[in-house]
Amino acid sequence: MTQPEHIKTIADDDPRYDELRTFIHDEKNKQGVAMIALQEAQRLFGFLPLEVHKFISKESGVPIAELYGVTTFYSQFTTELRGKHQIHVCMGTACYVKGAQKVLDKVLEVLGVEVGMTTPDRLFTVNAARCIGCCGLAPAMMIDNKVYANLVDVDQIPEILAKYKTQDCQDGLSE
Amino acid sequence: MSDNNQDTNKVTITINNRKIKANAGDTVLQAATKAGFKIPSLCYLKDINEIAACRLCVAEVDVNGAPMRGLPATCVLRVQEGMNVRTNTKRVRDAVRCNLELILANHDMNCPTCVRNGTCELQVLCEEHGISGVRFEGAKRPVTIDALSSSIVRDSSKCILCGRCVSACMKIQELGVLCFTNRGFDTEVGPAFDYSMRDVNCVYCGQCIEACPTAALRERRYLDEVWDAIDDPDKVVVVQAAPAVRASLGEEFGMPIGTPVTGKMTAALKEIGFDYVFDTNFAADLTISEEAHELLARILNGGVLPMITSCSPGWVRYCEMYHPDFLPNLSTCKSPQNMMGAIIKSYFAKLKGLDPEKIVTVSCMPCTSKKTEAARDELEVDGIRDIDYSLTTRELGQMIKQAGIDFNYLEDAEPDRILGDYTGAAVIFGTTGGVMEAALRTAADVLTGEDLPDFEYEAVRGLEGIKQASVTLPVNGVPTELKVIVCSTVKNAGKVLDAVRDGKLECHFIEVMACPGGCIHGGGQSYVSAKERMSVDPREARMNALYSEDERQVLRKSHQNPELIALNRDFLGHPNSDIAHKYLHTHYRPRPFYSQKERAQE
Repeated sequence: MTQPEHIKTIADDDPRYDELRTFIHDEKNKQGVAMIALQEAQRLFGFLPLEVHKFISKESGVPIAELYGVTTFYSQFTTELRGKHQIHVCMGTACYVKGAQKVLDKVLEVLGVEVGMTTPDRLFTVNAARCIGCCGLAPAMMIDNKVYANLVDVDQIPEILAKYKTQDCQDGLSE
Repeated sequence: MSDNNQDTNKVTITINNRKIKANAGDTVLQAATKAGFKIPSLCYLKDINEIAACRLCVAEVDVNGAPMRGLPATCVLRVQEGMNVRTNTKRVRDAVRCNLELILANHDMNCPTCVRNGTCELQVLCEEHGISGVRFEGAKRPVTIDALSSSIVRDSSKCILCGRCVSACMKIQELGVLCFTNRGFDTEVGPAFDYSMRDVNCVYCGQCIEACPTAALRERRYLDEVWDAIDDPDKVVVVQAAPAVRASLGEEFGMPIGTPVTGKMTAALKEIGFDYVFDTNFAADLTISEEAHELLARILNGGVLPMITSCSPGWVRYCEMYHPDFLPNLSTCKSPQNMMGAIIKSYFAKLKGLDPEKIVTVSCMPCTSKKTEAARDELEVDGIRDIDYSLTTRELGQMIKQAGIDFNYLEDAEPDRILGDYTGAAVIFGTTGGVMEAALRTAADVLTGEDLPDFEYEAVRGLEGIKQASVTLPVNGVPTELKVIVCSTVKNAGKVLDAVRDGKLECHFIEVMACPGGCIHGGGQSYVSAKERMSVDPREARMNALYSEDERQVLRKSHQNPELIALNRDFLGHPNSDIAHKYLHTHYRPRPFYSQKERAQE
């Protein structure tokens, strides 16, 4: 199963490109334009796919491979689409023996994706994490900065996830 | 780097207890090399790469008695008064050995089966430093071998991450095709997003191959296919060799850089077993005949100007990718390589009563981009490919060795008739400014209707990246100033085109060669190690080899080539005729890169 194509594409006339163009043109003659342009693009799009690299290259004159070298060096950048919320299911030793696999399976089942993937509504990206440092709360997972503890009963997971969905619908942030 | 010899610009330093005067501004590595000391280095490439990555040029250094911390890399350490450098201490020797072993720990050490066996700079250093084993065992990087392009193979198992190719592509061409990607142990030099070299902004000039100390970047080889064709009794295998090849091929056999070996090269091609041995020089004369007339027609009939040469496939690809608005300015002439192929399989086949389907055309080129050019869809006539296989100078050297030919003792031979005659104008095609000079020699004679005695155009000669000149010639009887520009590297071509587009530069004719100095320094030429390049510019000697061969020719203007006159009379009719257009001219198209559809499947 691979990430569906449609959620990874950015329309050519996406207004965020105009914003990025203006930003690059203001910074173009400064040293290190690659770094700040990529940071701005990461902020605007949430990820840096090939077409964003091509756009920055065209506007800044920095070769695509050089931009990609910067993107893949720093962990602040990602070439894959990331969701609004990052789910980290802890697979560390303590969580694992207390049933972390069941937690992860449930999260994946509810969201209908695989590890590392983002949901089609771009709300969640699911990550299998190493120890998140809450062994006493095992099995645990984090959504963004909030820790969910003692998830032995995996049936509470749909409810936890639903909260984020409703919240974002109310904020008008979800599509 | 300053090369000033005034004493005020000298500093005194001590290397291994010997006092030397060094140029202020030089690095310790440069000063030591000039003074005859040999410091090992691998990532350093003069004027291209100074990044202190390989840590092989380290030394113990103190300044006026104060020791510098650690072992500084001498490739980035500037000389200063009172500096004391020691390269032959146990600490330094141990460090160099250790660093070589660390490089080898992540290197594919199948040296006997490697194309760089014998020319590998890493191998040479390991031999010099007596590396008999590697103390470090551990994981190796996953291997990527990208062999999808027709020209260049990238093999990460041979890569030592020295960055010479990255810098060469950026500094020479400003294309930045290759970069360090990922981080730490996963670092790999390559294009973005794991794209193949086939589908990115590469012009296949091969300057990265010339820069690579190992076989991490190498040409795609077609030797087996060519041998198979030679051994096939049904095939007639016809070979041609480009002008610049004869200025470098001798280097494959230990001769000094730039030794002209035209006669031996021709003899070797015959010994190898090619059925007919022609000379690309003939096609260079043919190209000039077509191109000079095309230029005159554009000038006289108000065609698109400036006209730009089209014999360098790296340049053509660059224009298609980055400056498609200039495609109407490109001469429609095919390159000499392909003109030769088309004429072999038509005119020559007809005269000899050969079936063109059974002819295999092989070209020996100083170039890696010629391989991709040969594979371009449109370069065929009535479904018959112009060129079947294009080999580099290095591959030709390999073939000669495989055939057991003692190259250095060959008697000179002449190419076969009827496509082997050539003039001095053709020979100089191999160096920057040569095509321009050859075209001017013909254009001037055609416009004046005379055989002009002054035909050497010094202003377009030399290795500078951009040269401008003007000549006054009678156009429709009116003396007219023709302005010309000669440039080499696509970086310089880009600058010239930007200036022309902005109206800052006016001219009638532009010659562009993708490689610095033209074909003499093409990506298919014999390797010159980074150590040799510290004291020698291989382009000088190779350029001189070509100009001296020009001077030795009786005929030095393309349109005076007797075999060309016969071809025009018996087959083409006249330059730029309809038949000439069918066989010798082509078209261009904008060429996207990094397009999703063409993404390589690993």
